[in-house]
Amino acid sequence: MSRRRRDSSDEEDVGHSARKRRRGSENIDIEERLESLITRVGEKSTSSLESNLEGLASVLEADLANYKTKIMRILCSCVVKLPEKMAVYTTLVGLLNAKNYNCGGEFVEMLIRNLKESLKTGEYDNAKLIVRFLADCVNCHVIVAGSLLSMFDNFIEVTLEDNIPQVRSDWYVYAVMSALPWVAKELHEKKEAEFNKLLSTIDNYISKRQKIHVPALRVWTSDFPHPQEEYLDCLWAQIKNLRANKWSEKQIVRPYLAFDGVLCEALQHTLPQIIPPSHNEETTYPLPRVVFRMFDYTDVPEGPVLPGSHSIERYLIEEQIDRILRTNFAERKDCAAALLSFPSKNKIPLNYMIVEVMFSQLFLLPVPPYLEIFYGSLLIELCKLQPGSMPQVLAQATEMLYERIDTMNVTCIERFSNWFAYHLSNFQFRWSWDDWSTCCQMDPELPKPKFVKEVLLKAMRLSYHQRMVETVPESFEALIPEKPHSEFKYEKEGAGSMPGTMVAHQLISAIKSKCTPEEAMVLLKDLPNPLSEEESDPTYHPLRIDVFVSVLLHLGNKSFSHSFAAIAKFHHILKLLADTEEGQIWLLRTMFEVWSSHQQMMVVLVDKLLKTQIVEPSAVANWLFSSEMQPEFTKFYVWEIMHATIRKMSKQVDKLQQDVEDAKDKLDAAKRKQADGLMDDEDEEIPTDDIIERMEERLEAAQNQQKRLFLIIFQRFIMILTDHLAKCEGNSIDYNTPWYKWVIERLQQIFLLHHELVFRYISTLESLLFTSDIDFHILEIFQQFCALRS
Amino acid sequence: MSGFRAKFPSGSVALSAYRDQHFKGSRTEQEKALLTSSTLYVGNLSYYTTEEQIHELFGKCGDIKRIVMGLDKVKKTPCGFCFVEYPYELTPLEEGEYAMRYVNGTRLDDRIIRTDWDHGFKEGRQYGRGKSGGQVRDEYRTDYDEGRGGYGKIIATKITQSRDPM
Repeated sequence: MSRRRRDSSDEEDVGHSARKRRRGSENIDIEERLESLITRVGEKSTSSLESNLEGLASVLEADLANYKTKIMRILCSCVVKLPEKMAVYTTLVGLLNAKNYNCGGEFVEMLIRNLKESLKTGEYDNAKLIVRFLADCVNCHVIVAGSLLSMFDNFIEVTLEDNIPQVRSDWYVYAVMSALPWVAKELHEKKEAEFNKLLSTIDNYISKRQKIHVPALRVWTSDFPHPQEEYLDCLWAQIKNLRANKWSEKQIVRPYLAFDGVLCEALQHTLPQIIPPSHNEETTYPLPRVVFRMFDYTDVPEGPVLPGSHSIERYLIEEQIDRILRTNFAERKDCAAALLSFPSKNKIPLNYMIVEVMFSQLFLLPVPPYLEIFYGSLLIELCKLQPGSMPQVLAQATEMLYERIDTMNVTCIERFSNWFAYHLSNFQFRWSWDDWSTCCQMDPELPKPKFVKEVLLKAMRLSYHQRMVETVPESFEALIPEKPHSEFKYEKEGAGSMPGTMVAHQLISAIKSKCTPEEAMVLLKDLPNPLSEEESDPTYHPLRIDVFVSVLLHLGNKSFSHSFAAIAKFHHILKLLADTEEGQIWLLRTMFEVWSSHQQMMVVLVDKLLKTQIVEPSAVANWLFSSEMQPEFTKFYVWEIMHATIRKMSKQVDKLQQDVEDAKDKLDAAKRKQADGLMDDEDEEIPTDDIIERMEERLEAAQNQQKRLFLIIFQRFIMILTDHLAKCEGNSIDYNTPWYKWVIERLQQIFLLHHELVFRYISTLESLLFTSDIDFHILEIFQQFCALRS
Repeated sequence: MSGFRAKFPSGSVALSAYRDQHFKGSRTEQEKALLTSSTLYVGNLSYYTTEEQIHELFGKCGDIKRIVMGLDKVKKTPCGFCFVEYPYELTPLEEGEYAMRYVNGTRLDDRIIRTDWDHGFKEGRQYGRGKSGGQVRDEYRTDYDEGRGGYGKIIATKITQSRDPM
């Protein structure tokens, strides 16, 4: 989950810190005013854009003498911070350049420096925006067409480098391609031969790229009704169509055309040579993508036509919508307003395109750019603002996604079910359930009934069981979740003959009378260990665990808080009882016996048990893969637990890493202070080398634990999948059962959701687990994953 | 990252005008606590909304450290508010911000709920401060709200009195 915080407060901070510096200083006032003028140009105004730009250019020209650097800096930051207004700023720069050649030159120089910096630091989104800006500057007569072409050539030359990951050359080609809609016409007119050469080099590259990674990133395995294309393939097809159309397109706004008379008089600059920084092992490039398409023009009932999937307009509009989402993700109301005031909204089926782009982000593999709930709450906001149209488009989209769910990747089905349940919870769960009633007669392991069942489970979590019963038609009875309740075996019929019943009831009385943990422990002491019959020294005591944990969870069954309090009070006993992995697995098994009907409770309990270190991550993984849990294995909550466990492990490692780094920093700082003779008696505790060494040992232990966790998970996957494939082959049945689809895609999901971590273990995985003798169906999942970064 | 959200949080994550009158400390101290808070106050809940439902919704913003249900001081039953605490560890205060941005103003149990920064849960703050034991707002409100015990307490008392004048 990428958690990028919006740095809009930067502008305010600049303002505020500037205000703080102000001691009646006129300079600061003017700088603030300049910043405001520049950042606000192009917004709604009573005057035309042209007159605003003319006015601003004159003002800036006058201020160049004293504030040139400041103005340049503001303009450069607008390139990456206000990309939706790119054409406004390229035009402004064009006008400034026409008035003052040196100014234009300095701006270009500064922008190029920023580009080089972005490439070095891996800020690829910014770099792409700068490249586009430079391209549009050719249109504004600021940059010589030929020199832009040279820069493009340098970028494309990356495809000739040896031993680089494909994602590196991909990005440089992509940066060039994504700028072409703006400047291709100019390049064609000014440098036709060289431009054609560039295009044929790109064409060659596109056709030779390996695409092993594509299956791992597709939302649907099927190409029907819409092909799921690799992003560079799609963009290249769109550019070829643009070329066939003589490089004319109808989408891009070009305010500089109004100033052609002035601009064509300007002298243009030549770009300095820009050599892409060389590749090194630490560099990570953006991951490849598959273009998500769910609509074509036949899906839009009336009104403006949806641009074709290989039209450049489709690309440009999607880019713009994507940009609006990225700029406004922090404020959902602003985001909705900005989306609905899309510049050419009357010429396109805007609601459809918004929905498609939003779902493309929500379903993006490996992970969506923003929290899933952002998309959910934004769609609700859009429905609020467009109550007569957006809900209908969303309903249509939901129907379509449901219809095609059979070939949808499990990760996407999960996100779809999460979103749908959340969305319904804001609209009283109203839905045309009857339309889906045929799924109730299907094998419940098939995608459609499973999806509906998981939606109802999630919806129940946001409401309550009875609500679900009242919401869906009677035909859905089989898919309604079980009513969550705790199962306490020691109070049921037949409990009298169980070995633990008496102690269980003693425990209940004792705990209700507020006994101490020690007193509780005493009650457990005399319970016989069933394992003692076979082993001389059993590693755990299943009966004690069974009695104690059943009683505890049953007594705490009123709410999460009650259960948490119970666990906290008797933490020590639980740790004693579950001090081996087998004991921990037995504890989890007991928990399952009590709470199998309340999936949400199990999720939070496992979380709590991990947090309080009563169980270890590897125990959870082994428990989920155990034979007792096989009937549960394709249910979504199992994977909720699995991924939460992996994440918890990662958080622990990250924290220990942070602690080590902080301690080292403190020590270094203290050493420096000492050298400078500035030691203070009051200085906070300085960690000794000894302490740091122990911290590093803890870190290493955690890292080993993390590696072991992944090895366990992958190994168990290989075992159960190999087992299944062998059985099917042996009985001559098709291996591709519903169960198989869920399980093989869950393996894929482990790779994808935790790809950054798993990449570190690639060589171990390759040599130990995913060896050439593994069944190809399993091996290719691993190979697709490796291809993501190679 | 110092653990302050932006010095002047704006938009969805801005501090509201509400300040706790029972806060032990100065206004400045309360504001500092609000600016570094990872606890949210959640209001306008139905009396029947459970900890489980709140956990499911707010869990979409990140791992929850703890939920404390607001209780009627007399009846000790939920009275329509709660505190949601997110962990204050590595990542600087993000989860609460996500809730302010994406949960505030959406529905839970069919009701539009409101989230606000809170200066931190302390024992005792889980109780309503209205005279009748619930929240103050339920003392004085005049509308009929099925999810919050019907009429406001004062109005409800007047109605009962007018029915059975003794």
